[in-house]
Amino acid sequence: MSDFEPKIIVFLCNWCSYAGADLAGVSRYQYPTNIRAVRVMCSTRISAHIVLELFKEGADGVMVSGCHIGDCHYINGNLFTERRVKLAEELLKLTGVEPGRLRLEWVSAAEGERYSQVITSFVKQVKDLGPTPVLKDPKLATRLEAAVEAAKSFRSKTLTSKEVKLTGKGNVYEEVLDPKKYDLIIERAIEDEYQKSLILTLSNHEARSVKELAKEMGQPTDQILDHVVALRAKNMLALDHIEGTTPKYKAMVGGA
Amino acid sequence: MSDDEKRIGVFICHCGSNIAGFVDVPAVTEYVKTLPDVVFATRNLYTCADDGLTSIRESIKEHKLNRVVVAACTPRTHAPLFQGVCQEAGLNKYLFTFVNIRDQCSWVHMKEKEKATEKAKDLLRMGVARARLLQPQEEARVGVTSAAVVIGGGVAGMSAALSIADQGFPVRLVEKESELGGFVRQLSSIYQDRKDAGSVLKSIIDRVKGNPNIELFLNSEVTAAEGFVGNYDIVIDTKGKERKDKVGVIVLATGTKEYIPKGLYGYGQSPNIVTLTEFEGLVKARKLPKMSSIAFIQCVGARGQDKTYCSRICCNVSLKNAMNLAENYKNVLGLEEAGAATEAATPMEAPAEGGERRRGRRGRRGGAEGSEEETTLAGPKLEIVIFNRDIMAYGIEHELTYNKAREKRVRLVRYTPKNLPQVSVEDGKLVIDYYHETLQMQRKMSPDMIVLATPLTAQADAKDISMMLKVPVGQDGFFLEAHVKLRPVDFATDGIYVCGTCKGPADITEAVSQGIAAASRACIPLARGYVQPEALSAYVDSDVCSGCGTCIEVCPFSAIRKNEQGKAEVTIAACKGCGNCGATCPENAIFMNCYSDEQLLAEAKAALQEVKG
Repeated sequence: MSDFEPKIIVFLCNWCSYAGADLAGVSRYQYPTNIRAVRVMCSTRISAHIVLELFKEGADGVMVSGCHIGDCHYINGNLFTERRVKLAEELLKLTGVEPGRLRLEWVSAAEGERYSQVITSFVKQVKDLGPTPVLKDPKLATRLEAAVEAAKSFRSKTLTSKEVKLTGKGNVYEEVLDPKKYDLIIERAIEDEYQKSLILTLSNHEARSVKELAKEMGQPTDQILDHVVALRAKNMLALDHIEGTTPKYKAMVGGA
Repeated sequence: MSDDEKRIGVFICHCGSNIAGFVDVPAVTEYVKTLPDVVFATRNLYTCADDGLTSIRESIKEHKLNRVVVAACTPRTHAPLFQGVCQEAGLNKYLFTFVNIRDQCSWVHMKEKEKATEKAKDLLRMGVARARLLQPQEEARVGVTSAAVVIGGGVAGMSAALSIADQGFPVRLVEKESELGGFVRQLSSIYQDRKDAGSVLKSIIDRVKGNPNIELFLNSEVTAAEGFVGNYDIVIDTKGKERKDKVGVIVLATGTKEYIPKGLYGYGQSPNIVTLTEFEGLVKARKLPKMSSIAFIQCVGARGQDKTYCSRICCNVSLKNAMNLAENYKNVLGLEEAGAATEAATPMEAPAEGGERRRGRRGRRGGAEGSEEETTLAGPKLEIVIFNRDIMAYGIEHELTYNKAREKRVRLVRYTPKNLPQVSVEDGKLVIDYYHETLQMQRKMSPDMIVLATPLTAQADAKDISMMLKVPVGQDGFFLEAHVKLRPVDFATDGIYVCGTCKGPADITEAVSQGIAAASRACIPLARGYVQPEALSAYVDSDVCSGCGTCIEVCPFSAIRKNEQGKAEVTIAACKGCGNCGATCPENAIFMNCYSDEQLLAEAKAALQEVKG
């Protein structure tokens, strides 16, 4: 295990973290070679589904790094980043991939030394976790595929994007929502979306019964049945055939 | 164009030995040649030098390149140079990609050449993957309203307004107070020559008032600003009377206020414990009480005590005031109004002779048992002590002032943050109990006045202005420039500029320089007559857009609106390309021109290719 060299993707915002990474170079702060940086204008650009997609492709770790809260060059982009990374993290947990493979860091343009420390510590953290299990476990890959779809869903996107406003300025009636309550709402919505996406992913190639799906997903049958009913109503899932007395469902390609 | 065959040219820089010393550049170049669509790859000693640039220019023509990748230092400094060369050779600058193999590779892996070379190969594979998906972009041209508004009529704002007006553009100068002058109005004198602050200010104010291009709005505030570079709609509110106006650029110079040291060093317990600015006011009004000793305490509420930063100017201001008292004290204290000039000069001359100075030193050593006695050897019968953590007399002249102050027996006593001087007021008498770091013992003094040097802080309304103009403030509440070194008076938002103490503590010299700098930046769009924003903007696919409006809520620059069809539409000139809407759009209908999901994923996934085998 000691010679395991993880590959880690790091997203850096142009204004703070990329500049901080440059400063680490100018100051010759050394750090492990395992990271591959991708520059974006603002860390807010990184949707949860991009992070999850990279895990699906076999990244050992992903880091998103932006300006410190309050220092964002796009006013408050990093507040959204925080929420998006959290969404990715929660979905990662649902799939069973270690959430320690994902990290959010704030690194300013002046923090060259800190950047090298952050990278060193994250590389070590990922090394300790070992190589990503995703490439060897097709079930995990399927679950990540569902997580990507869940992250792209209308509900998770609107909920994560509206949080800053609803828990800050408030809604149209100027009611400010309790952030803890909002967290709970999001958590439940994400789990819901993930399960629905997983049903669609699992029944994409092969028709499945509710019982099979429940067993595969480790969830109670009645809950899966609720999802199946909802998905059918949206024309995203359809009855494929009946085996004996058991109906089998298949995902509708192209969905609603 | 997109259907055309992709022909990528890659230029890898040795940067002397900066890259080549730690990365096997020939091996990387050979590797790059094997990548898809790469038709040409070469390496240069310095790609940014003339021959390197020529090689890019000629290769574009010779090999019919339609994508260019440069692997070198950092795009933050060098991308514009290479983009310019591409453009000269007829290649759209958005078909260029930068790969950073110096600052983020060779310089940070100096002891691991093999691994650094592997990383450089990966980074190039990523860059090439990104280049393959780049599309040419057109930069839109937008007209400019030929006028400026300067918010804040202090020294920085007035300097900016004058400079813009002198270049022939109309300026609205908006000042909250009923008078021009800002913070400096409170001061008695300026350093280093201790000229009267009022007369310095008056000369600037007179020029402002006499300038036909400057329209002055006193008792006024800018209460609304909408638009983007070249085209701002603003509202100037003068005591409730609103005027709607159009300007092309906005200069922020809203200034600063002094930190009030509530609860620190007995502030508020005696009229003789004052802040540095209050002290300046007393000097100005000639209302200083008679005194035989005075103490300045530096870094009050700064550098970690409350505010985190060093306020830069207070050491120099305290030194100036100490020198003023030492050289001129009777005059300063109003003891001898008439003939003060001659009276004041003679008894307080510095002991120029070596003998005198030596005596002084001996005297100081001898006076160790009581600090009160120490000063009697000095010319004036006024004891001046500056308690400091360290004196920041930066600059050429200030160091001399510092030396002079020491010659004048201004005592500079160090304290550490762990061992702060303690101030108490006993029966109206001020007492400072302090630990003398050099003598390593606890001492006491009873000055007649204590002056607390507190930092300049952000204005209370900085946050509101930040929200109104959509420009950022940093952790300390000061406005945050686009780049501390490369773009020190610009905001990341084009068309809005910042100068003076609203972006951090500064003295008058600096405020004037910044004001002129901001003016010169602001005049660029005004003089050119049009703006050409970088084509990083978001694009809405109106077939997919459901008109939910979530993107409108998250856009920090109000660059998205709902059009007549109820669909989201991006105002290209106002969009800065942060990508918040792109990550937000619940229908995945928003596409970022230069940072699309597809491009980002292609670049990142290219890094993982070797892993998958």
